[in-house]
Amino acid sequence: MTTRRHTLIGGGALAVGLLLRPALARATPETMAAAVAAFTKGLQVKPGKVAIDIPPLVENGNSVPLTVSVDSPMTELDHVNAIAVFAEKNPLPNVVTFALTPRSGKAVVSTRIRLGDSQILLVIAQLSDGSFWSQKAELIVTLPACVEVL
Amino acid sequence: MARALINVPATAKKGEAVEIKVLIQHPMETGFRTGPDGKLVPRDIIQRFSCTYDGQEVFAAELHPAVAANPFFAFFTLATASGPLIFKWTDNAGKEESQSADIAVT
Repeated sequence: MTTRRHTLIGGGALAVGLLLRPALARATPETMAAAVAAFTKGLQVKPGKVAIDIPPLVENGNSVPLTVSVDSPMTELDHVNAIAVFAEKNPLPNVVTFALTPRSGKAVVSTRIRLGDSQILLVIAQLSDGSFWSQKAELIVTLPACVEVL
Repeated sequence: MARALINVPATAKKGEAVEIKVLIQHPMETGFRTGPDGKLVPRDIIQRFSCTYDGQEVFAAELHPAVAANPFFAFFTLATASGPLIFKWTDNAGKEESQSADIAVT
């Protein structure tokens, strides 16, 4: 029979277990900066033009729906070449990189990603004129990915 | 053989931007998780995905372990000509798989 005492003891053990959880491998601000620099080749990134659609409160970090759209006419002269997604507190900062062409028609891409912790998601788009535009989204993740044991 | 669900409209008007949805069955094992024996489970991910249509690669993605299991992509392409859209993906062991879907453009 489960009593209130058992529940409390169980809860206490769980709390200790969470505290003793081994430190997870994380990307650092340096590896993040290196990953961003590898994409932008050190060029300046301006804020704007990019819109991120992602739930601000994520219940399960194992599969988070993400939609990125870039304000671009997608013509031969003015289109989006690439879109890169970065997450600073995942084990690796790179998440996914998309390559688009004028034949994409619309600069809208959706996918599902993993998030290792509450963090700020960074999306950078490269336009055909060589300029880079970015947008950030702040997220709270209640159940992060990568912590479950098989 | 990984299975993939591909959703391409059967018909489209010329010049219209059509939405393509792809769901590939794949574990996307990150290589950061430990198995029951305490050892890391080896990484097994799709590294590159591409869509070729009417003689040109219209969409490509480079995947990292942070893409969720059973990768899903939704993207647009302009309907230019009737014919197959060829989807190709390669995993980190270099194994390549592909699947195609037809579209009729009027």
